[in-house]
Amino acid sequence: MLELIDVRKTFNPRTVNEKIALDGVNLRLEDGDFVTVIGGNGAGKSTMLNAIAGVWPIDSGSIRIDGADITRLSEHRRAYLLGRVFQDPMNGTAATMQIEENLALAARRGQRRTLKIGITRQERAAYRDKLAALGLGLEDRMTAKVGLLSGGQRQALTLLMATLRKPKLLLLDEHTAALDPRTAAKVLELSKQIVEENHLMTLMVTHNMRDAIQYGNRLIMMNEGRVILDIAGEEKKRLTVEMLMDAFAKASGEAFANDRILLG
Amino acid sequence: MNITSLLNALPGAVAQGLIWGVMAIGVYITYKVLDLADLTVDGSMATGGAVCVMLMLGGCNVWLALLCAIVAGMLAGLVTGVFHTVMGIPPILSGILTQLSLYSINLAIMDFKANQGINVTKYPLIVSQRNVRALGLENPIFATLLILALVIACLYWFFGTELGSSLRATGANEAMSRAQGINTNVAKILGLMISNGIVALSSAMLAHYQGFVDVNMGRGAIVIGLAAVIISQVMFGRLFRNFALKLAGVAIGAVIYYIVLQIVLWLGLNTNLLKLLSALIVAVFLAIPHWKGAMAARHGGKGGASHA
Repeated sequence: MLELIDVRKTFNPRTVNEKIALDGVNLRLEDGDFVTVIGGNGAGKSTMLNAIAGVWPIDSGSIRIDGADITRLSEHRRAYLLGRVFQDPMNGTAATMQIEENLALAARRGQRRTLKIGITRQERAAYRDKLAALGLGLEDRMTAKVGLLSGGQRQALTLLMATLRKPKLLLLDEHTAALDPRTAAKVLELSKQIVEENHLMTLMVTHNMRDAIQYGNRLIMMNEGRVILDIAGEEKKRLTVEMLMDAFAKASGEAFANDRILLG
Repeated sequence: MNITSLLNALPGAVAQGLIWGVMAIGVYITYKVLDLADLTVDGSMATGGAVCVMLMLGGCNVWLALLCAIVAGMLAGLVTGVFHTVMGIPPILSGILTQLSLYSINLAIMDFKANQGINVTKYPLIVSQRNVRALGLENPIFATLLILALVIACLYWFFGTELGSSLRATGANEAMSRAQGINTNVAKILGLMISNGIVALSSAMLAHYQGFVDVNMGRGAIVIGLAAVIISQVMFGRLFRNFALKLAGVAIGAVIYYIVLQIVLWLGLNTNLLKLLSALIVAVFLAIPHWKGAMAARHGGKGGASHA
């Protein structure tokens, strides 16, 4: 279970660039919830994910996972609870390290790093199977540097790394936005498959309304640092893009003018 | 210009190159593995020698003195690491601050004298210039190669462990490392400590080799280290893929640097202009990747990595 209670964050406070990024976010996810997050640019979607991940401290409020307060834990100390995939395929992997080395790093998320060997033979065999399941042929390139992979391959690998140790919460931050449409669809399907197989509690930010409707059991819309719409279950299944745009206009008092969302 | 005078100077160049090669491996750890330019080395390249020589003059066992030199270098790295991670000072400035303070500290270690001699006939030095043309095991090239192999073996083992991998990951992608639960601050401090420990070992070896320690002997060390790293990259970049070979390549790079230096001196260059020459060579080699990128962009080549 994830709980955000009145989470607030202001960037560059008391300057001309002051930006209230999170303006009292309240959100509660049950185990197994797959929630898609939409909203215009600057609505606070990625900021909310970064707040949960602990990229910087929040100003006030609290963040709990399974009842444990992680608000003040540093980013690396709360990493054991979280799997993360980023928008930029470059961000989720170490380009100058091998595929298997990246997986070995991820397999030790939240554990003490000791002077034991960094990757064992049994691990290699397990990684081979997991890579083969991706269907990208990466199982035959395990010692290749990750920098040689395409953006789609890197996102698929990052997804595998994020879930290699089952996280309490999976954070997908527009992880298909930098990919071409066909690759994006493939990575999305893969995400869904991994989430369902592992029954993962997931927050997925997307700019694409259709994806937001199609995937997950719940949808939230954000605007100006707040959650303005929260639709789940049967009601979500009946959603259409038009209904979402109407809902946005009603909730925010302005038209949903954003090409990336309208055309996505 | 007499070719025999050059040939006579070559064993010395090789021995010195190998000793500086140990230091260059230390620079490689910070510059290439951790992606930090660490200027602490200009200071720790004198600290190691100072500690080792003063301890030995005080009657300390040679191996214990060497160990203390390494520990002193590691402490210098720790200070730079704390400046950078705890106090938020940019890495280059952190290194400069430590380097400057080390100047005073090195003088203090050396009883506030600018140099201290140590005589090979009275003390059991591990390497000495005096034997550089000897044909037996007492030749400093032999002992230096042995120490180099040991350093490379230790580093090869360490960077293959879980902890060592977390250091490499920190250098490759910091945000990703934190997302994987790696304390990147600890990783950076540890890397700086290992690097400066190796530099201090090299410093102690150099002090043995030349028979004295000088407070200024580390000046420009970072440039020599970078030169060795760059030479090895240009010459063996495609050949040496294995980490141990890459480290060996860096040491060979330092040897090449010293041989080239010897040749330039033999051709009649004023010794006082050497540092200018070194700096220019390193500047040009550092610029090459930048120019290559700019050329590729102008000719409509693919800039950046491809997607999907």
